[in-house]
Amino acid sequence: MKLSALQQSYMNRRNNSFRGSAPLDSSSDGSIKSPSAIFWLILHGLCCLISLVLGYRFSRLVFFFLFSTSATNLYTSPFRSATDLSQTLNFHPNPVVNPELPFNRTAATTTTTAAATTSSSRVVVGRHGIRIRPWPHPNPDEVMKAHRIIERVQMEQRLQFGVKNPKTVIAVTPTYVRTFQTLHLTGVMHSLMLVPYDLVWIVVEAGGVTNETSSVLAKSGLRIIHVGFDKRMPNSWEGRHRLETKMRLHALRIVKEEKMDGIVMFADDSNMHSSELFDEIQNVKWVGAVSVGILAHSSGTDESSVSVIEKREEGENPSMPVQGPACNASNQLVGWHTFNSIPYAGKSATYIGDRAIVLPRKLEWAGFVLNSRLFWKDAEEKPELVKDLDSLDGVDEDIESPLSLLKDISVVEPLGSCGRQVLLWWLRVEARADSKFPSGWIVDPPLEITVPSKRTPWPDAPPELPSNEKVVVGVQEHTVKHSPKTRTPRSKRSSRSKRKHDTKIVDTQLPVRHSEQN
Amino acid sequence: MNGWRWGFLLLVYAALVLKTGAVEHGRTQPTERISGSAGDVLEDNPVGRLKVFVYELPSKYNKKILQKDPRCLNHMFAAEIYMHRFLLSSPVRTLNPEEADWFYTPVYTTCDLTPNGLPLPFKSPRMMRSAIQLISSNWPYWNRTEGADHFFVVPHDFGACFHYQEEKAIERGILPLLQRATLVQTFGQRNHVCLNEGSITIPPYAPPQKMQTHLIPEKTPRSIFVYFRGLFYDVGNDPEGGYYARGARAAVWENFKDNPLFDISTEHPTTYYEDMQRAVFCLCPLGWAPWSPRLVEAVIFGCIPVIIADDIVLPFADAIPWEEIGVFLDEKDVPNLDTILTSIPLDVILRKQRLLANPSMKQAMLFPQPAQPGDAFHQVLNGLARKLPHEKSIYLKPGEKILNWTAGPVGDLKPW
Repeated sequence: MKLSALQQSYMNRRNNSFRGSAPLDSSSDGSIKSPSAIFWLILHGLCCLISLVLGYRFSRLVFFFLFSTSATNLYTSPFRSATDLSQTLNFHPNPVVNPELPFNRTAATTTTTAAATTSSSRVVVGRHGIRIRPWPHPNPDEVMKAHRIIERVQMEQRLQFGVKNPKTVIAVTPTYVRTFQTLHLTGVMHSLMLVPYDLVWIVVEAGGVTNETSSVLAKSGLRIIHVGFDKRMPNSWEGRHRLETKMRLHALRIVKEEKMDGIVMFADDSNMHSSELFDEIQNVKWVGAVSVGILAHSSGTDESSVSVIEKREEGENPSMPVQGPACNASNQLVGWHTFNSIPYAGKSATYIGDRAIVLPRKLEWAGFVLNSRLFWKDAEEKPELVKDLDSLDGVDEDIESPLSLLKDISVVEPLGSCGRQVLLWWLRVEARADSKFPSGWIVDPPLEITVPSKRTPWPDAPPELPSNEKVVVGVQEHTVKHSPKTRTPRSKRSSRSKRKHDTKIVDTQLPVRHSEQN
Repeated sequence: MNGWRWGFLLLVYAALVLKTGAVEHGRTQPTERISGSAGDVLEDNPVGRLKVFVYELPSKYNKKILQKDPRCLNHMFAAEIYMHRFLLSSPVRTLNPEEADWFYTPVYTTCDLTPNGLPLPFKSPRMMRSAIQLISSNWPYWNRTEGADHFFVVPHDFGACFHYQEEKAIERGILPLLQRATLVQTFGQRNHVCLNEGSITIPPYAPPQKMQTHLIPEKTPRSIFVYFRGLFYDVGNDPEGGYYARGARAAVWENFKDNPLFDISTEHPTTYYEDMQRAVFCLCPLGWAPWSPRLVEAVIFGCIPVIIADDIVLPFADAIPWEEIGVFLDEKDVPNLDTILTSIPLDVILRKQRLLANPSMKQAMLFPQPAQPGDAFHQVLNGLARKLPHEKSIYLKPGEKILNWTAGPVGDLKPW
């Protein structure tokens, strides 16, 4: 047994002191106690002290060693110090079995065989060592293998319990190059990348196909049809809505010409889609409608809009307006929930990038899904629901929603448990039309002015359009601490400050991570 | 010519039959039939294959005990009570003992609970002994065979050894009076004193209603790789570790506590059952005894059980091929658990999940009230039926005595 010198000397000191006092006791009541009694008393006291210092197990061991006569099967484990452990970094699949106790305690392990009644049993009762391999940490190869197993199991689950014969999803996105394009498009792209079904993404770009957009789309690995549309995107919301409608019809024409088979859904590039949406739209037969949550957010909350919001919350309407099908108690479509824009009359944004609420239309295109066969020229069993796309060319009136395409709107199927589930959210956030951003979000050539963060004065008022971009060098990274297993890990990085979202600040500042230590 | 016509008709008929068979297979859940070493016996109907006579014991052996502590109906040893109730109203019951193949003694030995709810086994041997004395003096059937055609339900930790500590249980051994009877118990370990040849192993009782209410939609993707909730160190009884679970649970913790694939902890969340349904593997390591209700829960929730208990005998081992359904791990291989689990081939994993999805598998692990076909009660009766017919040698000649009525610790001989 390894005893540290300190402990040994400590024990000796205690024993000496005890032994010193014992004779005194015996001398005072020497007539009463016999020497053997004193001896046993001393021994008892010694053992108590030893147990106190080193723990119950050791003292029992000492007794074992001294007084046991029965044949017991004893082995002491080789004690490995922590330094030895750190040196053996090898996590080969056949590690050396190290019977080792946790918490670096100096105690031996003993196994006692049971009164051997069953000789053929290899299981013994008693204390066993706790086996820890030399490198008790995850192996990255095995983690990858495990993830592959999980993927395959999930695929099997989807095959058995998910949608049988899933149809291709045809996503239609109108877009154009602007500051926030990468932000929005990346969001939609990642949602589409997670869709477990076959997907075709038709991206219609106003102003023609650009490298900017193509480079973003190339990272997805999806099947993309990237077409250009010859008009430039106007600066007003009204104009933008109109042009987007035209771009969507252009995409539908492509669906018709290519005879694509699947379900057409409209994924506007600043919307947020939930993964259940893609599962739900597989249930559509011809025309379906889902509920869309409208996040009509104003970038600068001035008093008037706050009071509008408060008034709204006092009424019966829910605080987040939802557009979509309305059903009666027997789950039949009876009407539509539309966006009530009256409270915002006169206060909404007209130009893209205005500091005001951006209003949606009465019913957004994004809330509708269509079976692509509706647009085929001559498909069998196709109900005559949709007006011919060619007849809409050149028509000047605004087609607000796909409902105008239908001849009979009562055939629309409400999805998402009859409109009760909100499966996507509508949001329009844009920077000012004249805002600049580095092309491809790559800073090249390197910037000329670098200012250390400690001395950068944060301007209170947004400056005029400068020619250079200021870079803040104080970007601090700090590692996310691994919290113990029993608590859910939470990242300590705070999100981007809302202040910087101000669209008036035209010079784009790279995101600054505020450290909590500041 | 006629022969050809008949042959052709036969072919057409066969094609039709096979086609309908194939269509049926496609329509049903993709499961596989389960057949163990005794054959495809999970769905056998015991009615008509055996007759059971239930002794009428005074209520101090059963009803009064239950009245004193109704918690016995919910803990994992409740099988003894539900077995009694099932047999009373089952079609296999006969009121004529002369035609009975098996005799059942309803004595609730595991119902003496501490305030915490754990059963104390100290009075159980005396209770059992007293019950046997009663039946041997009031009916001639015990003495006829000295209990060889009687069966008893002893669901406690180590079965009829009637002790919770393994060393003491081994010391006591099976109660001498029960040496010839068939024991229906949850404990099973090969080459162990407390498991007789011919015993029937049953799963521990898990409340079927409670598990039904926690089912989640089957298409919820399984995203947890390995799941376990429970103690790793029994700090109250074995603070240093190494004794509890033969050190296996502690080894699991020490090796895998920082592994993201292993969702293991001691905290018992309210979503315990739901989490099991989102896991691919569920660990079922031994505790103080090798069996645990985790096996039942894993089977019900479709999570592949990883059984870490050397030489364990699982419930209905002759009817259910556990090797094909679960993953067995030696306790010495616990440090390599992650390597072993990730190297199981994918098609083997998918097959195990298909076997687990078989509804007769799930049904065989449960004790529903009222009883349903294929449940654990029926599996016990099937097991008893498979042991029939009794050999002639179990019938003793008049005056012949095999059992020693005074064997065992002195404390057991005191009347109860």
